[in-house]
Amino acid sequence: MKLILNFWRKLTAPSKAAVGTVLAMGFLGGIIFWGAFNMGMEATNTEEFCSACHAPIVKELKETIHYSNRSGVRAICSDCHVPHNWTDKIVRKVQASNEIVAFLMGKISTQEKFEARRKHLAVREWQRMKENDSQECRNCHNFDYMDFSEQGPRSRKQHSTALASGEKTCVDCHKGIAHQLPDMSDVPGW
Amino acid sequence: MKKLLAVLLTAGTLFSVSAQSSETAVIENVNNGGVASLRGITELDTTRQADELKRVIKDRSPIDRDYVYQPPLVPHQTRHYEVSLNANKCLSCHSWKYAGEMGATKISVTHYQARDGEVLADVSPRRYFCLQCHVTQADAKPLIKNDFQRVDSLR
Repeated sequence: MKLILNFWRKLTAPSKAAVGTVLAMGFLGGIIFWGAFNMGMEATNTEEFCSACHAPIVKELKETIHYSNRSGVRAICSDCHVPHNWTDKIVRKVQASNEIVAFLMGKISTQEKFEARRKHLAVREWQRMKENDSQECRNCHNFDYMDFSEQGPRSRKQHSTALASGEKTCVDCHKGIAHQLPDMSDVPGW
Repeated sequence: MKKLLAVLLTAGTLFSVSAQSSETAVIENVNNGGVASLRGITELDTTRQADELKRVIKDRSPIDRDYVYQPPLVPHQTRHYEVSLNANKCLSCHSWKYAGEMGATKISVTHYQARDGEVLADVSPRRYFCLQCHVTQADAKPLIKNDFQRVDSLR
């Protein structure tokens, strides 16, 4: 108790230490805090971290082109599911605290429970991508640099019309590209 | 006790040795008789190195049919197109609902018929697995020479 009181007094009363020392301590503390914060952010962005709960979906990803392809460029969970822009990223991370509750309640702790929630989770993610104009796709697939002459006739037709005019966004057509699909019977376009 | 153990051990080793020798005898008898089949002149007990994978045609115009009632061939890639209980990627273009809009070939009316000929409101479950009949194409050399000719009406 006395220790806390003393510490409090030190915080409130002017210090006898030189301004330089206080500043140096501030800078050092700041660096340590910021480093730790960033490390935390990065640690919760790794595939290992995601697969602790979403194990079945990581398994599905392995069959897709975003995991295995000719040139070896690949995307991990956070590339598509966590915004890259700093403020959006923080917002998403705060929302994710709700997902810790889901984890503690074991909402997707078995394959069966996960299958039951697949639709719910997918719809939420499609909605998010639709609202931000598929920003996480566009972080890598930039429309401005698409060479239609390199695309097949089917892709060219869609990309040069609906996507170019902004009438449609990536996720409107490209659903289930990295995961298996939920029941699609009431989804437009399916 | 020690003697018994020793006897058991020697019996065990002898048994395993004899078992091994009979196994090798079986393998020695495997012989293809020098006959070359589609898998080459590989011995039956060896695994031949697989052929190189063929490149599937990426995307082209519809492929002409070679005989009447031939299921149309798939002139494009279908890698990772999901056809499962939950979703059928093929039907998101080739169904009657979307074929016009997507400029795709419409599935035939026979796909709406059940086994006994009654017409259903949606694709019949027996026609649901598209790639069972409609297959992607690769520029592959025929394994066996054949003299197949189209019927006059399709020439």
